[in-house]
Amino acid sequence: MINPSPQIEQGSSLWLDAWIKLRKNKLALFGFAILLFLIVVSLLTPWIAPYSYEEQNLMLGATAPSANHWLGTDIFGRDMLTRIMYGGRVSLMVGFVATAVALVIGILWGSIAGFVGGRVDAVMMRIVDIMYALPFMIFIVLLMVVFGRNILLLFVAIGAVEWLTMARIVRGQVMSLRKQEFVEAAYSMGLSRWAIIRRHIIPNTLGPVIVYTTLTIPSVMLLEAFLSFLGLGIQPPQSSWGLLINYGVETMEEYPWLLIFPGITLSLTLFALNFLGDGLRDALDPRASKD
Amino acid sequence: MLYQKRCLKSVLILTIVGLVITQSGCGDYKSNVESGNLNGTLHWGNGTEPQSLDPHIATGVPEHHIISALMEGLIHKDGETLEPRPGVAESWDISDDGRVYTFFLRKNARWSNGDPHNAHDYVWSWWRALQPALGNLYAYMYFPIANAKAYYEGEINDFNQVGVKALNDYTLQVTLTEPIPYFLQLLDHYSTYPVHRATVEKFGTADQRGTRWTYEGNIVGNGAFQLKEWKINRRITVERNPYYWNADNVKLNQVVFYPTENVTTEERMFRAGQLHYSGIPSDKIEVYKAANDPSLRIQPYLGIYFYRLNVEQPHLKDKRVRRALGMTINRDLLVSQITKGGQIPAYAITPPGTMGYYPESDLTFDPETAKQLLAEAGYPNGEDFPTTEILYNTSEGHRKIAVALQQMWKKHLNIDVTLLNQEWKVYLDTVSNRHYEIARAGWIGDYVDPNNFLDMFLCNGGNNRTNWCNSDYDQLILEQVPKATSHQQRLALFKQAEKLLLDEMPVIPIYVYTSNNLVHPTLKNFGRNILNQANYREMYLEPEKSMEVLD
Amino acid sequence: MLRFIFSRLLQAIPVLLVVISVTFLLIHSAPGGPFSDEKAVPPEVARALEAQYNLDQPLWQQYTSYLTDVLQGDFGPSFKYSGRTVNELIAAGLPVTAELALYAMLVALIIGISAGIFAAIRPNTMQDYIPMSAAMLGICMPSFLLGPILILVFGIQLEWLPISGWGDIPGDKILPAITLGTGYAAYIARLSRGGMLEVLSQDYIRTARAKGLSERLIIFKHALRGGLIPVIAFLGPAFAGLLGGSFVVETIFQIPGLGRFYVTSAFNRDYTMILGMTIFFAGLIIVFNLLSDLIALWLNPKLRHQARGGQQ
Repeated sequence: MINPSPQIEQGSSLWLDAWIKLRKNKLALFGFAILLFLIVVSLLTPWIAPYSYEEQNLMLGATAPSANHWLGTDIFGRDMLTRIMYGGRVSLMVGFVATAVALVIGILWGSIAGFVGGRVDAVMMRIVDIMYALPFMIFIVLLMVVFGRNILLLFVAIGAVEWLTMARIVRGQVMSLRKQEFVEAAYSMGLSRWAIIRRHIIPNTLGPVIVYTTLTIPSVMLLEAFLSFLGLGIQPPQSSWGLLINYGVETMEEYPWLLIFPGITLSLTLFALNFLGDGLRDALDPRASKD
Repeated sequence: MLYQKRCLKSVLILTIVGLVITQSGCGDYKSNVESGNLNGTLHWGNGTEPQSLDPHIATGVPEHHIISALMEGLIHKDGETLEPRPGVAESWDISDDGRVYTFFLRKNARWSNGDPHNAHDYVWSWWRALQPALGNLYAYMYFPIANAKAYYEGEINDFNQVGVKALNDYTLQVTLTEPIPYFLQLLDHYSTYPVHRATVEKFGTADQRGTRWTYEGNIVGNGAFQLKEWKINRRITVERNPYYWNADNVKLNQVVFYPTENVTTEERMFRAGQLHYSGIPSDKIEVYKAANDPSLRIQPYLGIYFYRLNVEQPHLKDKRVRRALGMTINRDLLVSQITKGGQIPAYAITPPGTMGYYPESDLTFDPETAKQLLAEAGYPNGEDFPTTEILYNTSEGHRKIAVALQQMWKKHLNIDVTLLNQEWKVYLDTVSNRHYEIARAGWIGDYVDPNNFLDMFLCNGGNNRTNWCNSDYDQLILEQVPKATSHQQRLALFKQAEKLLLDEMPVIPIYVYTSNNLVHPTLKNFGRNILNQANYREMYLEPEKSMEVLD
Repeated sequence: MLRFIFSRLLQAIPVLLVVISVTFLLIHSAPGGPFSDEKAVPPEVARALEAQYNLDQPLWQQYTSYLTDVLQGDFGPSFKYSGRTVNELIAAGLPVTAELALYAMLVALIIGISAGIFAAIRPNTMQDYIPMSAAMLGICMPSFLLGPILILVFGIQLEWLPISGWGDIPGDKILPAITLGTGYAAYIARLSRGGMLEVLSQDYIRTARAKGLSERLIIFKHALRGGLIPVIAFLGPAFAGLLGGSFVVETIFQIPGLGRFYVTSAFNRDYTMILGMTIFFAGLIIVFNLLSDLIALWLNPKLRHQARGGQQ
C-alpha cells in the first residue's frame, strides 16, 4: 500500500526529493517567483517607493491613474502605488507570521490529540470547541485594554482563531494515519512517540495542511483589516492591503481604482501562494514518489 | 445505502425546486417607492433598530423619528422655522415675568384607543419622567421647571411642589425657576411627551424600565400615527391614528421605518427604489451633485464637530499650545475635500445663527502665529514636542478627519501625531476617564439655544471631559446669563463666555454639521430645519407619473 | 456508536460551563458598560439602571443567578432593547438565519463539489486550472466585496433582483444566498478536489479501473465517498458558523438574522445578549462538530473501528 521506506532510511531526502520535484513544476516556480518579487519589493519599499506614503495633497484628492501616479491617488491625494507597496510590508508580514503561529500551534495540537487519542484527545478537542465559541470581539477589546497597542497582539489575536480549524484538520488526518501499517512498523522498530509524530505523522499530513495554509493566508490578511478596524492592528497613516480594500469598497463606484489595484495585488499573492502550495503538496506527497 | 442516497437526492431536488418556485417572478415586482406612492405609504430609512419607543427612556435620532410619529407634545415646532405651533395645547399664555406658562388643551385630543386626553396626563407623565429609577437620560430637559431638579435629585419628595399643575381638565400651568426663552421648544422634545397612564400601568409600575407597554398591540399614543407592526430588525410600520385631533389633515396612510444600520446599504436601497428617504455616504455626495440629482438635500444641522483637549496632559496645559493646534487646522480645505457635505468651517463651539446668536471668534487659520505661539510655549519648530495621540471612535468619517489633521499639524507645526481608534464603548470609557490627549467629539443640539452648547464646559459639566475648569466662565453661564433682562443682553453674555472658552481653547471647533439626506422627489412637504425633525403629519406623497397624466 | 454520542454529549456540559464562565468574565472586564452613552449618564440614573439589572450585586452573585436562570432556559432580558428578552430576540433571528444558512450551504455544496470533482478528474489540465482559479477568486472575494458587486450589477444596473429585505419581495433571497455561499463553495471546491485526488490514487480505484469500470461509475460510486471526507470535516464548523449568522451579509442585504444581533450586542455591551448568543453558538458548534465526526465515521469504516477502539 504505502511505502514508508524512503523516509525511514534517510529522513532528509524527503525535502531534497521534494525540491527536485518542485523545480520541475513550472507553475509552482512561477508562483514562487511572484512571491519572491513581492517580498523583495516590500523589503526595498522605503528606498524605491515613488512618493511618501503619508504626505497628503488634499487639493489633488482622488485622481485616476496617470503618468505621475500610475495607480492613481486616494482621497488625500496620496500615491496609490506607494500606499500598496507600504501596505504589502504589513500584509505580507502579518499574513506569513500570523499564519505560521497558527500553523505551529494547530499542527502540534492536532497531531498530539489525534495521535494520543482517548481522554487527552477529548479534552484537547473540547478546548478547541470552547475557543471556537468564545466571543471573539470581546476578546480582542480586552486584549487591547490589558496589553495596550502592540503589533505582537495582532499575531496573538489572529493565531488564537486561525489555529482551531487547523488543529481539527490535522487531528482528523492523524487519526486515520496512526493505525496504518507503516506507523505500526515504526513502533515495532522502537521509535519514540515523538519521533514517530515528527518523522512520520507530520510529513504525511502536510498535503491538506499546505492546502489549508494557502487558504488561510489571504483570510488572515483580511482579518487584519477587521482587527485594525477594532483598533488593534495598525493605525493610519500606515496601511495594509486589507485596509486599502476595505476603504476601496466604500467608494468602489466613485473611485474604482482604489479598490481594483489593492484587490489585484492581493489576488496575485493568493494565486502565487496557491500555485506554490499545490506544487509543494505534490512534491511532498510520499505516495507520489512511487509513480 | 442506495435507498439513503436516493432519499438524500430527492430531498435536495425538492429544496432546490422549492427555492426556485418561491423565488421566481423576480423582475416584475413593484418597488416600494412605486407602490408606496400609490397607497400613501412612506418608506423611511431609519438608521438602527430602536432601543425603546418609550419617550422617557429613548435617546437617539432613530427613536426620535418613530416616537414623533406616534406621539406629540403640547406644542409643535414649525417644520421650517421651528417657531412654536399649537400641538395638544390649542393656545397658551406666558406671564409678564416669563415664568408662568398656562396651556389651554384641545378638548378633542384623544389617545389612540379613544380615551380622552387631558391636562392630568401631563402631570402624571412628567412625574413619571422624573423618577430616577426610570433612568431617563433627558430628565434635565425638565430642570427649568420650578423644583423639578430638586425633586429628581431627591431633595424634595413631594411632587406637588414641582411647578406643574392641572388647573382643570384642560388647563395646565407650568412655573419655571427662571424665565428662559427656549422653554416652549422643550415641549416638542420627546422626553416631555405624555404617556398613556392606563397602558403603562397595565404592563408594570410607572417607573419600571423594560416593560412591554411600547410593543406591538400594547402601545397607546396621542400622535398622528399608531403602531401597526414591529418586526425586530426588519421594519416598524405605523398607520394613521383615527382618533388624532387633526386626523383629517394627515395625508400619509402609513410610514414604514427600516433599521438600516449601514448608510452605504441604505443609499443603495434608495437607488433601487426601496426607500423614499435615506442617508448618504460622504463620498457619494459629489456624484449626486454632479448629476444635479434633485433627491440630494443638504441642510444645516444644529451640531458641532470638535476635538477635546485633555488640559491635564503636561504639554497641553499651556493654552498657547492649544491655540496653536486650533490655528493650524485648514477647515476650508477639510470640509471641501474630506467631509464634502457642505459642512461649515467652525471657529466657535456654538453654531452661528442659534436663536440669533452669532459667536465672536478670533480663531482663524493662521500657521505663522501658531508657530510663534508654539515657540513661546517652549517648542520652537515643534522640537521636543511629545508625540501626541488623537483618539477617535471607529468610523470612516472620523478616521478621514483625523488623518487629515495629523498631516496638517505635522506640516504646519512639525509635531508628530499618532492616531488611535477605539470601538465606541471603549472610546466612551477612555474619554470619560480622561485617559486621552486629544479626542474627537460631536454635539448635537437638543434645543435651539446657545446654552445647550455652552453649559457643556462648566467645571462639573458631565459632558465637559477636558479637565478644563474656569470660574469666570461658570459664573457667566450659571449666574449672569439667567439674570439677563433682555434677549440682547443674554446673547452678549453668551458671547463673552464663548470668547473666554475659545481663548482658553480646551476644545477645538472644527465644523458645523449638515444633515445630508436623499429625499425622493415624490415626497412633498418634507420640511427643512436645523434639528432634522421630521413632521410626518404634514408630509405627503405625490406620484410623478399621475401628475403628468393629469396635466 | 451510541456510547460515542453519549460520551460526546456528556463532554458538552463542562464545555458549556467553561464557555459561560469565561464569557461572563470577559464581558464584565471589558471597558464600557451597557448604559454608557455619549451624553454623560448622571450618577443617580446609573445607580437606578444598575439596580434594575442587578449589576450592583457582587459579580459571583450575578454569575450564580444567571446560571440558575439559564438552567431554566431563561437567558434574561436584553439590556439594550428595553423590554425584549434574549430568548425572544434569538427566536426572531434564528428562522431567518437558518433559512439563509441552508440556501448558502446548498449553493456552496452544489457549486463546490461539482467544481472539485470536475477538476480532480483531469488534474493539472485546463479543466483543473479554470475551476480552481475561480475557486481562488471566490476565497479572495470577501462577502463585503462580493455583496456590493452583485447588488450593483444585478440589482441596480440590470434591475433583475431585489437588493434588500428577506421574504418581502420575491427573489430577495437569491443574492444573499449566493454572496454567503460563494466563499464556502470555494473552500469546498478545493477540499473536494484534494480529497478526490487522494482517493483516485488509491489502489482500490486502480483496481476498479483495471477491471474496466466506467469512469463515471468509479467516481460517483467508489471515489466520492472517500473523497468527500475533508469536506465533511469542514462542513461541521462551517454550518455552525453559518447558523451563528453572518453580520456582513445580513447588514449588506438588510436581513433580520442573528449575526447582526451578535455583533451589535458586543458593541453595545448588552451582557445578557452576548452571553445568550455565545451559549447558543457554543451549542451549535458542539452539535455540528459531533455530526460532522459521525458522518466522517459513517463514510470511513476504518475510522469507525478506531472510534470504537478509542472508547474502550
